[in-house]
Amino acid sequence: MLGRVAPGVCAQVTMVVNHQQNRNMATLKSISLRLKSVKNIQKITQSMKMVSAAKYTRAERDLKAARPYGEGSVIFYDRAEVTPPEDDPKQLYIAMTSDRGLCGAVHTSVSKVIRNKLQEPGADNIKVICVGDKSRSFLQRLYGKHIISVCNEIGRLPPTFKDAATIANAILTSGYEFGSGKIVYNKFRSVVSYEQSDLPLFSLKSIESAPKLATYDSLDSDVMQSYMEFSLSSMIFYALKEGACSEQSARMTSMDNASKNAGEMIDKLTLTFNRTRQAVITRELIEIISGAAALE
Amino acid sequence: MALTFAAGNKVFYDKQAVKQVDVPSFSGAFGILPKHVPTLAVLRPGVVTVLENDGKQNKIFVSSGTITVNDDSSVQVLAEEAHPLENLDRAAAQEALSKAQSEFNSAANEKAKAEAAIAVEVAEEIVKAASA
Repeated sequence: MLGRVAPGVCAQVTMVVNHQQNRNMATLKSISLRLKSVKNIQKITQSMKMVSAAKYTRAERDLKAARPYGEGSVIFYDRAEVTPPEDDPKQLYIAMTSDRGLCGAVHTSVSKVIRNKLQEPGADNIKVICVGDKSRSFLQRLYGKHIISVCNEIGRLPPTFKDAATIANAILTSGYEFGSGKIVYNKFRSVVSYEQSDLPLFSLKSIESAPKLATYDSLDSDVMQSYMEFSLSSMIFYALKEGACSEQSARMTSMDNASKNAGEMIDKLTLTFNRTRQAVITRELIEIISGAAALE
Repeated sequence: MALTFAAGNKVFYDKQAVKQVDVPSFSGAFGILPKHVPTLAVLRPGVVTVLENDGKQNKIFVSSGTITVNDDSSVQVLAEEAHPLENLDRAAAQEALSKAQSEFNSAANEKAKAEAAIAVEVAEEIVKAASA
């Protein structure tokens, strides 16, 4: 919400400043009001930065533990050379975002990847699951018919395996028989950078037709089914962790920037405020003196 | 052989070379030695024993998860939750078991019953592992 308010504040402030330069009017009150509100905004952004810094350290620690886990869950698909089936065009995309904004472009970049996919020809076979409200609000208006389900309440607390299992369960019980798909998420690289990445999703059928599956011993469909379900939730778990860490780090940076911008704005406003105050005093003096002079 | 053994809460081994891994699976408990035939399996609640290269034995309790043995002899054991055996508390496990059992008996529908049955199974295994 603040992000939307901030540009408005900006426009009004420049207006006040211009106003000042044009006619030396006493808008002392309006400037002091504006100054106060910008100071409050700065306080908010600063404390948000502090909060996300604390959350970020925790998310990064969690992510370190989740990395081998996530890598381990995709190794099998690599080694067995599982490929998406050519005769099944049905695809499922999972957008890993969260409910909360004010964190730079983390959510929009994930949603954009999916939007670009949906703009390509043959998009009728693509369905989307939105994890987090942000991707939903981005995609809903134009691509509402592609969305099969939405998960809320992501991002307030650090993601747990149970969250991942719930999402996986929702996917498996959605009744949508996809041939292949992708989990689109933000991969955390460092405090200042993250990139969009994806994890592959395969249906049981495409795994069964993988060329190298025959080298794997003693497989039955029950084992495969359970294996797939568990690996789906571990991949989602991993993507959630990566997303949470990227989000917190991005929020930290963007809130830092916002505090800096607010600081600049405060400096400018203070200057204008003092100048106006001086002008008002001078004008009052002139009025008194000229009044006295007229009486003589 | 390179073992990756990770759980939602902790990473125990990350591509570390070990001698042998014993895992409990739904198709029976089995040991994995280097050059094991590639396979997939599903973990059942129980104790995973890792024999490290220096002969040290590491016992870790797992609740559920997957085992993957690949053709390059790398092994991935991914658990939903895992804890070293010494961290298990027998009394607490006993308590959890009786609670799960009473839930199982009072379960109203099939789904709740199945969930309670899983809880009973896990709690039983924890008690077994903790008292061993």
